[in-house]
Amino acid sequence: MITHFPSLLIVTPLIAAPICLLLRNGTLVRIWSTLAAWACLYFAWGILGQVQGLDGETIRYAMGGWEMPLGIELNIDAANAFVVLIITGIASVVFPFGLGHSGLSGPEGKEHLFYAAFLLCMCGLMGIAVTGDAFNVFVFLEITSLSSYALISMGSSRRALMAAYSYLIMGTIGGTFILVGIGFVYALTGTLNMVDIAERLPSVISSPTTIIAFGFLTLGVGIKLAIFPLYQWLPNAYSFAPSKVTAFLAGTATKVSYYVLLRLFFTIFGIAFIFNKLGVQNILMPLSLIAMFVGSIAAIYQTNAKRLFAYSSIAQIGYMTLGICLLHLDGLKVLNYDGLTGGIVHLFNHAIMKCGLFLIIACVVYRMGTVTIGEMKGFAYRMPWTFAAFVVAGLSIIGVPGTVGFVSKWYLVLGAVAGGHYVVAGLILLSSLLAVVYVWKIIEVGYFQKPTEPIEKIEAPLTMLVPIWLLMFAAIFFGFATELTGGVAETAAKTLLSAGGATFGGGTP
Amino acid sequence: MIALNEIPTEYGLWHYWVVVSLMMLGLYIVIARDNLIKRIMGLNIFQASVIMFYVAMGKVRGGEAPIWPLNTMEGHYQDRVFSNPVPHVLMLTAIVVGIATTALALALVVRIKESYGTIEEDEIREMDGSVS
Repeated sequence: MITHFPSLLIVTPLIAAPICLLLRNGTLVRIWSTLAAWACLYFAWGILGQVQGLDGETIRYAMGGWEMPLGIELNIDAANAFVVLIITGIASVVFPFGLGHSGLSGPEGKEHLFYAAFLLCMCGLMGIAVTGDAFNVFVFLEITSLSSYALISMGSSRRALMAAYSYLIMGTIGGTFILVGIGFVYALTGTLNMVDIAERLPSVISSPTTIIAFGFLTLGVGIKLAIFPLYQWLPNAYSFAPSKVTAFLAGTATKVSYYVLLRLFFTIFGIAFIFNKLGVQNILMPLSLIAMFVGSIAAIYQTNAKRLFAYSSIAQIGYMTLGICLLHLDGLKVLNYDGLTGGIVHLFNHAIMKCGLFLIIACVVYRMGTVTIGEMKGFAYRMPWTFAAFVVAGLSIIGVPGTVGFVSKWYLVLGAVAGGHYVVAGLILLSSLLAVVYVWKIIEVGYFQKPTEPIEKIEAPLTMLVPIWLLMFAAIFFGFATELTGGVAETAAKTLLSAGGATFGGGTP
Repeated sequence: MIALNEIPTEYGLWHYWVVVSLMMLGLYIVIARDNLIKRIMGLNIFQASVIMFYVAMGKVRGGEAPIWPLNTMEGHYQDRVFSNPVPHVLMLTAIVVGIATTALALALVVRIKESYGTIEEDEIREMDGSVS
């Protein structure tokens, strides 16, 4: 059974989706998809245990029993297992959110369609994370994108439609760029399997086609990831989508794109090409730093809470991509990879925090009926537990010690200092201060501005509070038990680096 | 397996020019038009160019369709030249993806027209106010 876990990760949500259409009843559909998500979490947990027992080896699963080179392979190493665990974890928390309440999941009476799209989106994300075939990545990426366009368009305001349309245009351009890139890679190597591509690319690495293929692929993934100049679709999509969708996408979609970027850089093209020949870090680092500041500063000026955290997401993606650039290399010898570990651990940490924040906003919308920050007066007194969770998540976004946000920033700063980028280390700390400003904006209105009318307690229902507090508990727990996430992220970074042809010297040469 | 240098040379690289021109044409329409339907059409041209790119890539000079001829016995097919079927098969999937995208986009446009009464992006932007 355990050998089939990789394929079950994809197949479970794929089969669960059409069954949603048959069930039709709202509550039944919610319970059914929750069960599917929990099953996937179990599979992901099993795989993570399996990978850790393998000591750096890769699980290779031939889909349908068709061995390489004919069939499609699922490859799972420490990096995939970590990403899969994040996606299934977030799904297991978001799906049961507000289990007994309708009106959170798309238009009334269409909940079965909403959850079918939700499960398909999850299926696509799973597929991207586990597959070892480059074309498969494109197909699963499109499954994810198509279902997320549909999900975003289910937002209550009509502007959700335009947001979904713009995301569709941008996303399709991105997806098609990836397709062109894969085409060039196939023309060069004659294979679509990532491991084979990595083996054959070095012999044609000096060809200009390689650079063009890399350019197309990076641009395509960059659009999906919302790297600094390519993020325009994100604020609208996040602010007008139903809150539950925003929470899910913020916790998973960009994370998976980041994983694809890592695969592209390290497994497919290799360190020698990316860092030593092209010097990608010299371009990506300023872009990441700009993203950190532009995202945070734009967030400060927002009046819509959802939009505020959408811009904050752009800043947080900046931290993740910065992690790649902080890799300290001497030729192929890795001197320090704390930055990369920080980027990978931030995947997990940001997923928890942002998903939690958007779920909290979903509670606010459900009870107080507003996303405008100015109208959240008395938030702290009306919904004390929700507000307490917001404070925890906010502190975590800022990076206060004892929360997960601190762990990732600690690793990033360590990486920056080890590489001699003292200015970058300073900028990381400075941009954290900007996070204080935008988190404080909501706390100020919610706690210090009391509404004129008498305050009645309208705490969010338990089915919403429990998922939120589960995330917040994780945010605090992993803030102290850093060796758990940090350890897995370090293994993932090491696996990626050794797949990219790096050697580990340690210390100074 | 096909490599770049096996692509027929007597035509030069003209198919790449076709692909690139179509791609840029499509991209230009997507960027420059305000009409939502026209932008979808641009997107379709853009996607079609990629399909042509793949199909051209799989063609081998003198190659025929990779179907086992009926009148040959086992082992007799080695002297035949086949086109590479893999890129062609990949494009079947890409066409399906393209159709799904177009259908979804058109469905969105229908709903946009229902709620805004127009499909011109500049007019929609005006209705939504300056906050975009």
